[in-house]
Amino acid sequence: MIGIIDYGMGNLFSIRKALERLDVEHFISDDKRALMHASGLILPGVGSFKKAMVHLNQLGFTEMVKQYAEQGKPLLGICLGMQLLFERSDENGHTTGLGLLPGKVRRLDHSLAYKVPHMGWNNLYYARPSRILSELDEDFVYFVHAYYVDTDDPDVMIASCHYGIEVPAIVGKKNIIGMQFHPEKSGQLGIKLLRNFTEVVVGRGKAV
Amino acid sequence: MLTKRIIPCLDVKDGRVVKGVQFIDLNDVGDPVELASYYDEQGADELVLLDISASLEGRKTMIDVVRAVASELTIPFTVGGGINDLEDIKSLLRAGADKVSLNTAAVNNPNLISEGARFWGTQCIVVAIDAKFDKQLGSWVVYIHGGKKQTRLEVAQWAREVVMRGAGEILLTSMDQDGAKNGFDIALTKYVSEATSVPVIASGGAGEAEHFQEVFLKGRANAALAASIFHYKETSVIEVKDYLRRAGVHVR
Repeated sequence: MIGIIDYGMGNLFSIRKALERLDVEHFISDDKRALMHASGLILPGVGSFKKAMVHLNQLGFTEMVKQYAEQGKPLLGICLGMQLLFERSDENGHTTGLGLLPGKVRRLDHSLAYKVPHMGWNNLYYARPSRILSELDEDFVYFVHAYYVDTDDPDVMIASCHYGIEVPAIVGKKNIIGMQFHPEKSGQLGIKLLRNFTEVVVGRGKAV
Repeated sequence: MLTKRIIPCLDVKDGRVVKGVQFIDLNDVGDPVELASYYDEQGADELVLLDISASLEGRKTMIDVVRAVASELTIPFTVGGGINDLEDIKSLLRAGADKVSLNTAAVNNPNLISEGARFWGTQCIVVAIDAKFDKQLGSWVVYIHGGKKQTRLEVAQWAREVVMRGAGEILLTSMDQDGAKNGFDIALTKYVSEATSVPVIASGGAGEAEHFQEVFLKGRANAALAASIFHYKETSVIEVKDYLRRAGVHVR
C-alpha cells in the first residue's frame, strides 16, 4: 500500500488518479502512524519551499519522513516534493530542507530564450541505469518549476533535461527518489515511471 | 530542449463545449470529456477549459466538468472563466485543475493574483489578457468581461504587473485576430513576450499549421492556443505538429 502525504501543499487529485489507473493500492493521509506503515511513500507538493517546510515542521512530518527513509522503505518526492528532499533552498531567503539528499535548491535564471517558470514538455536524458528507468526509453515529460536542484554529488543524478543549464530531473540514492517534473501529468512515460516506482515498492528493493 | 506547446481550448457553457467567433455566435460542438480525451490522444500538450456560462447553475456544473476531465487526462489543464475569488480557485484546483486562468477578476482585483500565487504557487496562476489595438494610443489596450469592456490598461504594462504579482504564465488573446483564421497577432505576441519573463501563450487567429510556425518563430510565443480549427477538424494537433517538425520547430 502506497501512502500519499497530505500536508496541505499538493494537487493530490491527479496523483491519486494516476495510481488508480495503474490499479495500485494507495491512500491519502495526514495520519503519521498510518503513513509509517505504508510500504512506499509519495511526498507531493507545489508552491513555495518555505511554506512547505513550515507545514511539514508544524505537523510533525519532517521527523516522520526522515525516520521512514532511514528504514530503507521507498520514498518518492514529486516536483516541490523532490526539492524538499535536499539540504536547503534559496527561495525567499534561506530555508532548511529534509536533508535526505546532498544539494541545494536555487532559482533558474530567466532570459527571452529561457523563460521562468520552466514550463512544458522537455526531453528527459538518462544519466545512468536505474530500476526506476527499467525498460523505459527517453521521452518527453512535463515540467513546471522556477527553482532547480544544484548538487555536487554526481551519483544523485539519474536523469536530466536541458534548459539553459543541465536541470536534474530524476534524482535518487538507495531507497529515496525524486522527480522534478510531474509524472502524473506526463503522458505515457510519466505513468510508466510511476509504475516502476510501485514495482520497487512491491519488491521492497532499492529505488535507484 | 523545451518544446513549443500546442493547446486546444474548450469553451464550455452549461457543461457543453461551444466556440464563439469574435466572442459571439455560439455553436454547440460537443462533450468536454470526449473532446479532452481526443486531444490528449492526439498529442495536445495541454488543454484549456474556459467557462463561459452566464448563470450560477452553469458555473456549478463546471466543477463537475473539471472533475470528469481531470479523471481522463494524462496532460495538464487550465481552467478559466468566472473565477472571482480564492474560494473559486480552491474549488477548481481541488476538482483536479492544474492551473487557473484569471481575466476580469485580475483587473478588478489584482491582489487575487498575488494571493493566489502565495497560496498555491505561481505555477498555477495564469493571467489571461484580451487585447485590442488602439490607434490613438499606438499600442494594445486590455479588455475585460469577455471583450465587452475596455480598460485603460496598456497591454505590456499590465503584463509586467501581473508577472510582478506572481502570474506564472500569460494567456494572450488578440481580439483583432480572434475568429478571423488568418494568423496569430505576431506583433502583439512578440511585444508581450519580450516584455515579460514568464511563458506566453498566443491565442486568437489560428487558421492553419503555418500560423503556428509563425507565432513561435517570429512572435516568440512559448505556446499557442486554438479552438475551432481543431473542433471542426479543419486541421488536427497531429497535422500541426508534423508541419512544425518539418519546419524545424521543436515539438513533442
